Amino acid sequence: MEQYKLQAIDLTKIYEDGKKGLVTAIDHVNLEVKDGEFVMIVGPSGCGKTTLINILGGLGTATSGQVLLDGKPVQGPGADRGMVFQGYSLFPWLSVQKNVEFGLKMKKMPKAQRAEQAKKFIDLVGLTGFENALPRQLSGGMKQRVAIARTLANEPEILLMDEPFGALDAQTRVVMQELLADISKKTKTTILFITHDIDEAVLLGDRIYVMSRRPGTIREVLEVNIPGVRSHESLVLPEFLATKKKIMDMLWKESMDAAMDQ
Amino acid sequence: MKNKRRYINVEHMLSFICFALIIGLWCILSFGGMVSDLFLPSPVAVAKRLVELYRDGSLWANCFESTTRVVVGWFWSVVVALPCGMLMANSRKFSAFIQPIIEFARYLPVVALVPLTLLYLGIDETQKYTIIFLGTFFQLVLMVCDTVSGVDVNLINAAKTLGAGRWQVYKEVIFPAALPGLMDDFRLTIGWAWTYLVVAEMVAAQNGLGYMILRSQRYLATDTIFAGLILIGLIGLITDFLFRVLTRIVAPWHERLTDK
Repeated sequence: MEQYKLQAIDLTKIYEDGKKGLVTAIDHVNLEVKDGEFVMIVGPSGCGKTTLINILGGLGTATSGQVLLDGKPVQGPGADRGMVFQGYSLFPWLSVQKNVEFGLKMKKMPKAQRAEQAKKFIDLVGLTGFENALPRQLSGGMKQRVAIARTLANEPEILLMDEPFGALDAQTRVVMQELLADISKKTKTTILFITHDIDEAVLLGDRIYVMSRRPGTIREVLEVNIPGVRSHESLVLPEFLATKKKIMDMLWKESMDAAMDQ
Repeated sequence: MKNKRRYINVEHMLSFICFALIIGLWCILSFGGMVSDLFLPSPVAVAKRLVELYRDGSLWANCFESTTRVVVGWFWSVVVALPCGMLMANSRKFSAFIQPIIEFARYLPVVALVPLTLLYLGIDETQKYTIIFLGTFFQLVLMVCDTVSGVDVNLINAAKTLGAGRWQVYKEVIFPAALPGLMDDFRLTIGWAWTYLVVAEMVAAQNGLGYMILRSQRYLATDTIFAGLILIGLIGLITDFLFRVLTRIVAPWHERLTDK
């Protein structure tokens, strides 16, 4: 049997909503992420993507099912599953340098070593020269760079990303996607990335899980085979467009329903 | 930068105008003979009284005694309320345990507790600190709890996924994130502490601004009462100013609407 980096087995989350009664957010979700793989989960809004990633990251609990990391069950949040959020969640009182050092400080790494490690990752995300800036002085894209560096500096087993570029403008988003593709190549970090943006899913993923609307279930798994380095140029390759069309067809009806709901 | 500076000056001017208007109105009422001197002493009479108090040394002594009482009583209230409020915000069980009794105690008039404090603690300084403590503590706990509950849960979650333990989340995230709000809470409660000063100096005090005001009542010395009130107000202004400066020092990262 193959050893997966991260495995979700039969995850179901049912919660009580005052008005609607019992609501099933996700229903028997199974997924695997292999070591070094870049896996995307794409689905329309309201399909329980965030619920799912919060359970994987330990910030939420499942009603039933199990999360395995390197084959061992995990509970609660931990440094082994680093998370990057849409809202950046930087500590506003800490400089870029101190934000990136945060996880290392929690681990009680010696100061000098901490500074060195943080420098390395600040450099990786292209923020050298901004070490002493405060978060409020940075643009959205730069804030997300800090958040990515902060999580990577901690050397997690897997990086869980919850629509990290959702709040960015279209141009910045492409720049960040290329940066992330590059980082994933350089660091060989295992990444599970959630998005509602089909372009983003196809551009970045080695494999894509397509989710259906509530109750969220996995509809299909797709392998993405796009030749060469992933960049904005990949967006017009025939392989890219073919995969994109497949997902769009799958999600078309779902997206229509979602739009009508709002 | 230049623009900003001019803006601040306009604001200072407005604050000054407000005080000037009130003093002007006071002058009209008093020099115009509209109100008897017994009820409203003239500004000159009050100024003279302040100079006298300064000359005989009682001005500084009274200010010092009262400030000490307020600060010590308030300080203990902060020391106890801070951990209590933080715990309440983060533990439902602790909150369920302690909140009802705090809500209960919060409504008790502090004046009504004076006889008991005298009975239990006697007439020394401890009794006065206790009055100030009782007047501020129950409010402050709830304010601290509220401020800490308002800390962005996303920051706490981020810290947890970065490996922070329970205590580390308190120390490295909740406390610094809440600090600007806590400073505001402290600033407001030290103001309330001053309002309990007269209650604290009601019985068995030999000095202090509250005592001075109470004693003047007996002799209908309204000029002294006004002098006392002005001194308390001035100390309040200074305290507020110091707190704002201190907040800017401990939380320079914090943005405020009014800073812009």
